[in-house]
Amino acid sequence: MTGTLLRTPLCDWHSAHGGRMVDFAGWSMPVQYGSIVAEHQATRTAAGLFDVSHMGRLRLDGGGAAAFLDRLLTRKVIGQGPGKIRYSLVCKESGGILDDVLVYHLQDSHVREQRGGLYHLVVVNASNRAKIVGWLKSHLQSSDDVQLADRTLETAMIAVQGPAALRSVEPLVGADIGGLGYYTGTETTICGQPGIASRTGYTGEDGCELIVPAAVAVEVWEKVLAQGKAAGAMAAGLGARDTLRLEAAMPLYGHELNEQINPIQAGLSFAVSLEGREFVGRAALLAAMQNQEQPVRVGLELAGRRAAREHYPVLASGKPISEIASGTFSPTLQKPIAMAYVPPRFAELGTELSVDIRGTVEPARVVKLPFYTRAH
Amino acid sequence: MNPKDLLYAETHEWVRVSQEGGRKVATVGITGFAIEQLTDLVHMVLPKVGAHVSAGGPFGEVESVKAVSDLYSPVDGEVIAVHSDLTSKLESLGGDPYNDGWMIKVALSDEASLKKLMDAAAYEKQCAAEG
Repeated sequence: MTGTLLRTPLCDWHSAHGGRMVDFAGWSMPVQYGSIVAEHQATRTAAGLFDVSHMGRLRLDGGGAAAFLDRLLTRKVIGQGPGKIRYSLVCKESGGILDDVLVYHLQDSHVREQRGGLYHLVVVNASNRAKIVGWLKSHLQSSDDVQLADRTLETAMIAVQGPAALRSVEPLVGADIGGLGYYTGTETTICGQPGIASRTGYTGEDGCELIVPAAVAVEVWEKVLAQGKAAGAMAAGLGARDTLRLEAAMPLYGHELNEQINPIQAGLSFAVSLEGREFVGRAALLAAMQNQEQPVRVGLELAGRRAAREHYPVLASGKPISEIASGTFSPTLQKPIAMAYVPPRFAELGTELSVDIRGTVEPARVVKLPFYTRAH
Repeated sequence: MNPKDLLYAETHEWVRVSQEGGRKVATVGITGFAIEQLTDLVHMVLPKVGAHVSAGGPFGEVESVKAVSDLYSPVDGEVIAVHSDLTSKLESLGGDPYNDGWMIKVALSDEASLKKLMDAAAYEKQCAAEG
């Protein structure tokens, strides 16, 4: 490896439009174009466009794919209807999280087969793409009727999020995007090219994510921006993506999720389906559901303006009990917010804790998650 | 853009040297370039009057949504004035960083540190290389 960064099909566009590029999971990605707060506010009030092409897109074909995935994911895949998308975890035998993913079940519009050309698409975190590909391959048996293909480098993925997102995308997409139910997706034409549209996102706003061939990424990006311009649509970078997802209390791998944390303590039991199925980590997660001792994820709100940031010590009666997983100054709430794992006896809403912010101890209170819920 | 009568540190602080009540005083703030790089300022922590600062050492911090940055003193001396309500008007800091954006005034204990600072032209060159 020479150490050069991977580049999404939109990389040059970002640089040409003021994008401040950084290394994120081995990709050159824009943190911000101008003000993170402006990009954040635009997403909450109009629309933000996010280049999420760095995320892994793994396609699984074959009659055995659903059963194969079902054995490796915490959420049922067998029986997940066509068009449905499910948030799920990939766990180790110990119950520790390898990644959080979205599983799409889609109809291939170009295939005329007896089976109807259904396939699965697993969208994974950029930082875990190699790990998950390796994990899937290591569990694949030659007798499995499964073909796995990594479609990341030949495609781009664009998230359009906010109250004006869907109407900015509508004229460019063949399918009725406004009619797409939450967490459903479909193959469709996007700017006349074959792609996938889904009613998904990572900001707490309504919106969609578009997967398109790499060659048309810039065209789609610019057309969506042009379509949404009057409403206030803006390109938004990773900085705003982080403040948005934090306000919505969405976990970020490497912060709220890692191989030493299980989905139960992370507050993700909704993505764990234990009954009547077997999957890697099931026994550990069954035990985790009974475990009253394990630290659990909580939300913290601080007074003042100083943010509690990753790794800062969390104190109870002045004694360290944990550390911050993620934290920022919330542009929407205008106060510092953070997430941390604390022993259950400190997890009750209203519990008064404190955070050591670079040598000064500031009070913090346990609050309900999410910090922000959209009104519309 | 950078006033010619000021001196500049490579850490993007500016210094205005004046004579006040028989001693040399340095007024210190951060440059327009620094403010533009930081973006999204939310908080600032400044020292108390009477605090001692050393050239190259931190005298406070400025916090943006994304990160915290130390403010470095370009001079040695004692803090004799602090612009304490600056933290409540950070949005306007970018409008006038060199006057209304002043942060601390320092009674110089040693003028040697001034010689290590840059003039506007040299500072402009540094920013061009960085930006």
